[in-house]
Amino acid sequence: MSSRETSDGDLVAVDPGEALRPSWLGRLKRVPASLALAWAIVAIVLLWAALPQLFTGYSGTEGVPGEQLRAPSLEHVLGTDGLGRDVYARIVYGARYSLTGAFVAVTVGLLIGTLLGLVAGSRDGWTDAVIMRVVDSLLAVPSLLLSLSIIVLLGFGTINVAIAVGAVAVARFARLARSEVMKVRRSEYVEAAFGSGGTFWAVLLRHILPNSLTSVIALAALQFGSAILAISTLGFLGYGAPPPTPEWGLLIAEGRNYLSRAWWLTAAPGIVVVFVVLSADRISKAIQKTAP
Amino acid sequence: MTAPLLEIDDLAIAYKTGDHEQTVVHGVSFKVEPGEVVALVGESGSGKTTTAQAVLGLLAGNGRVERGAIRLNGTDIAHWPQKRLDGIRGAVVSLIPQDPGSSLNPVRTIGSQLAEVMQIHKRGGRKEIRARVLDLLTRVGLTPAGMRAGQYPHELSGGMKQRVLIAIAVALNPALIVADEPTSALDVTVQRRILDLIDELRRENGTAVLLVTHDLGVAADRADRLVVLQGGRIQEQGPVKEVLAAPRSAYTRRLLSDAPSLGKPRPERNLPAAKDDFAIVVEGLTQDFPVAGGGPKSFRALDGVSFKVQRGTTHAIVGESGSGKTTAVRSVVGFLKPTAGRILVDGVDLTTLKGEALRQFRKHIQLVYQNPYGSLDPKQTVFRIIEEPLLNFEPIPAADRARKVRDMMRRVGLPESFLARHPRALSGGQRQRVAIARALVLGPRVLVLDEAVSALDVTVQAQILALLDELQKALGLTYLFVSHDLAVVQQISDTVSVMHKGRQVDGGPIERVFVRPDSDYTRELIDAIPGRTMPVLASPAISLQG
Repeated sequence: MSSRETSDGDLVAVDPGEALRPSWLGRLKRVPASLALAWAIVAIVLLWAALPQLFTGYSGTEGVPGEQLRAPSLEHVLGTDGLGRDVYARIVYGARYSLTGAFVAVTVGLLIGTLLGLVAGSRDGWTDAVIMRVVDSLLAVPSLLLSLSIIVLLGFGTINVAIAVGAVAVARFARLARSEVMKVRRSEYVEAAFGSGGTFWAVLLRHILPNSLTSVIALAALQFGSAILAISTLGFLGYGAPPPTPEWGLLIAEGRNYLSRAWWLTAAPGIVVVFVVLSADRISKAIQKTAP
Repeated sequence: MTAPLLEIDDLAIAYKTGDHEQTVVHGVSFKVEPGEVVALVGESGSGKTTTAQAVLGLLAGNGRVERGAIRLNGTDIAHWPQKRLDGIRGAVVSLIPQDPGSSLNPVRTIGSQLAEVMQIHKRGGRKEIRARVLDLLTRVGLTPAGMRAGQYPHELSGGMKQRVLIAIAVALNPALIVADEPTSALDVTVQRRILDLIDELRRENGTAVLLVTHDLGVAADRADRLVVLQGGRIQEQGPVKEVLAAPRSAYTRRLLSDAPSLGKPRPERNLPAAKDDFAIVVEGLTQDFPVAGGGPKSFRALDGVSFKVQRGTTHAIVGESGSGKTTAVRSVVGFLKPTAGRILVDGVDLTTLKGEALRQFRKHIQLVYQNPYGSLDPKQTVFRIIEEPLLNFEPIPAADRARKVRDMMRRVGLPESFLARHPRALSGGQRQRVAIARALVLGPRVLVLDEAVSALDVTVQAQILALLDELQKALGLTYLFVSHDLAVVQQISDTVSVMHKGRQVDGGPIERVFVRPDSDYTRELIDAIPGRTMPVLASPAISLQG
């Protein structure tokens, strides 16, 4: 269809936006069930992180002697571990560590990566070339190896693990941001903005950034899931928080020794990680759909 | 008399979007007799393309024939399954699509694509088909056929691709060809050759043509009968000469009076008294581009172009695609640094400015783009779009900015309630008004319009042209008007430069250039404009009714 085919009667056109803007209740009804479920899971996990004591009466770190390795029951919904600690309580208290880690990781990746991509995409020539070659070399190193090297440099600990995971994501954010910026930069409205006297930074902030951000945000949601996974992996390998911190990766690692006797020690936190990662994925997909 | 070749009877078509169905064609009925050319004319949204697609069973997935019949040789095919339609598509009814650029498979030679239609319908063996392919290519003027058959679509120009599509359409001698805007994407001189070719092939084979077009001029020149559609309903139909000479419906009259035509008398234009007061002076403008892939050779897009525009007048740059007209205006607004030459705007040589000085100078010269869908930021509201240029220069209090934006909205004839809307909630004409408001809010003295009305329907186009005329008188603006449409140019310009392959082949006052062109190219261009057979219908009494 040519552009000639798309205009309709001047000044009498109905506002198509109005038809697409029903009440928020009506809009809510149109949210797919899978997306609603994804948001619900994320909301619950966020509440766990904020107010763990509301969700469980047990302590996340203190065990009860004589209650070791109980199978899931009404008293201990997800059973207890080798030190008599309630597994459900440990998962609830662990949300804080895993989520904080994922937030830090995504923030590091998003801020540094997007900034690099924005500058690379807006400036031609050697600035672009230098930034993108650095990004390429980041991508050339396997991500786990890169994270491990950074942790060895920074030292062990939850936040350091998060930074290491975020540094790996920088490359992906930078590449996406750059490609989006290049697309937006060639559009006529950006040229028109320069034509009406806009300075480089004004055009960058008013047009290029808002129009290239949707995909970047979608990637952030996706990276949130992978960051939880990566942090758990590093926790499992022993590079993250030291025991008895109830970090999810560490929970899985600790349960490994009891795999034959107490399956719930690894299965329960594992399933929680899977659900959170899938939810982040689903939300990311929904954000991507809103992109023009 | 036998049954008509095609009979559309009370056809209604609906598209499903989300939960609800919207009917876009409401009970359309018309006939096409064998060997006849029927033109479906209407503006965008009139349902002309939908009707044509239904004839071929090519409605989009969400489209549905609600009621009515499509009788081909007396058989209703409206509800045939796709499999059954395959048997008649190409053989009995064929299509010449709108966009030659995207209608051919880029990874196959044109010869094999032409052979495909014959293979599908099992017309002869390899040798016979090969011979027929070469014969067809020769007949549509693609010679030497042997060489052309081995070429890929990217090796052909737009007009040549359209010839290939025509060859595919006529390959099996169908009884009816549906031509959906077959020349809208082509330059006028190419358009004329393509339409001549369709005419010629049609006469040889006695094929009927259902010609879908937005261009009344094309319909007037080529069709026997005319069906005028508006909003999915037939406004009027009948023999072309009768409909155009004495239109019965008000809508047809309005279309006729809004359509730009060379036959129409030029509106009176009051030239400013002051002579030799030039707002734009371009001298020896030359622009080279490096050829892709490097190398010392470069491509010369503009070669020594010179013109002067008197203050308060309109200068048009006309030419076909690749003539360099867009390169010329991009240099004039300072987006390109010319290789050689001078561009004086209000006496200041633009080519010497750069950085902050160039930015400051942009206040005086503003550009309106062809495509109002691409030139407005989809994330901004109308208010923010028009306000933005004001933020780029000396700070103005917010209240003053808001007042200026409202003033501008009134000037371009948009209601204030639109200020909070986003561009997607506006029609094409409304968006172009917003783009004009944004260009004028800084109070420039020169406005450059790059095909600014080419993407609009004729009635909207006429409104925007009237607005531009009014603004020029009120604000004393100087326009540089780029267009491929000579009929529009003749209506609104005082002087003109005709561009061809980067050179200015003709230039001067409109009256002289259009009546006594210096170059053969200008003559060819003027002759190619469709609608010369269209009766002139522009008396004030009638345009008032419309």
